Amino acid sequence: MRDEDASAPVLARRLARVAGEGSWTLLKNTRVTVVRAGDVVVKAHPPETDETALAARLRLAAGLPGVLLPPASAEVGHVDGRPVTVWPAGEPVDPRDPGAAPWEPAAELLARLHAAPVDGLALPPAGGPARVVRAVALLDGLDAAYAAPVAVIREAFGTLPREVRTAREGTVARTERMDAGTAREGAAPPVTVPSPRSPDGGGPPRAWLTHGDWHLGQIIRYQGEWLLIDVDDLGAGVAAWDLARPAAWYATGLLDPAAWERFLGAYLAAGGSAVPTGDPWRELDVPARALTVQLAATAVAAAGTEGRPLDEVERALVSSCGRITRTAAAQ
Amino acid sequence: MRCPKCSGTMRTFDRNGVHIEQCDNCRGIFLDYGELETLSRVESQWAQQQYAPPPPAHGAPAWGAPHHGGHRGHHQRSWVGMLFSS
Repeated sequence: MRDEDASAPVLARRLARVAGEGSWTLLKNTRVTVVRAGDVVVKAHPPETDETALAARLRLAAGLPGVLLPPASAEVGHVDGRPVTVWPAGEPVDPRDPGAAPWEPAAELLARLHAAPVDGLALPPAGGPARVVRAVALLDGLDAAYAAPVAVIREAFGTLPREVRTAREGTVARTERMDAGTAREGAAPPVTVPSPRSPDGGGPPRAWLTHGDWHLGQIIRYQGEWLLIDVDDLGAGVAAWDLARPAAWYATGLLDPAAWERFLGAYLAAGGSAVPTGDPWRELDVPARALTVQLAATAVAAAGTEGRPLDEVERALVSSCGRITRTAAAQ
Repeated sequence: MRCPKCSGTMRTFDRNGVHIEQCDNCRGIFLDYGELETLSRVESQWAQQQYAPPPPAHGAPAWGAPHHGGHRGHHQRSWVGMLFSS
């Protein structure tokens, strides 16, 4: 899509102008709007973004070279009242060939992210658990034709720990703005890190720096190396959540077991600290159940919005939710 | 020993602990008592080694879907979309 195309969203055209006067492409127009112009990507974040948290996330991205793509500008800008960030453009994973996905480099990046020291950092809570709650809320008001899968998904959601079911997006702990009492009304309290124990068992409670929304669209090749992108959910959390989406795909029977073993094996070989080597599912179980619920809810809500029956993949996710509930009931 | 079918001469072979007689003339095979069961058992052990997927190296959750060697639906639009978007 070019800027001369009058049908492009006004916001997208204004974002493109941030990058310059050349031609541009609309990459995404959902909760966020993302355009690429030349070597630069400009992103408008959701209107309800906590800017204190976003600024902290930008600083984190600038401070972990070789792991996170550093922003092109350290500042949060504004276009049409939306917070805007600017990034160097890289090459995404080719969606036409998921079999050739860089599972090992991705796993190694996550292992390095999870090794980053978090002591003393001003971190917002990672956005993973709040995403699950948002996805399940999408089921409200769907047509009665979807009542059966919606009930199955809600039951599986009910098996999740309370801190997941009640998660909200949070702001940054211990920043000057917070201390000055200017936190927005309605924001979650600072530091809501649901990490009851380290993966080795025992030991003090542990928080990791986590990506918060990892999938294959969250890695690009930039200047010859793979890097993690999208800081919107970056923050203090439980590291196993970053492995939870592939874990949910695997457990649902969608992801080739060989690809899952490559991913998890590479993560453990790189010293990844999210899960114990001998029994990774001890830590993966809760986040993988949560992501299965999230994926099922997102998929059924999309089918409902389009008014179409569930496809095979969507039915597989709902079946997984049914097994989650039955397994929880049997325990 | 004579072949019960064509009266040809039968020759004895031992293969992996299974004792068989084969007719030199019609190539028919005679099994002693229990040898068919032994053959079936050896065959199923071999088939398991050949065809069973290896157990997952890192385990799987109790609620996981059974993986029958392959995986479902990975060419569907919704699956590929899910791999790459939130």
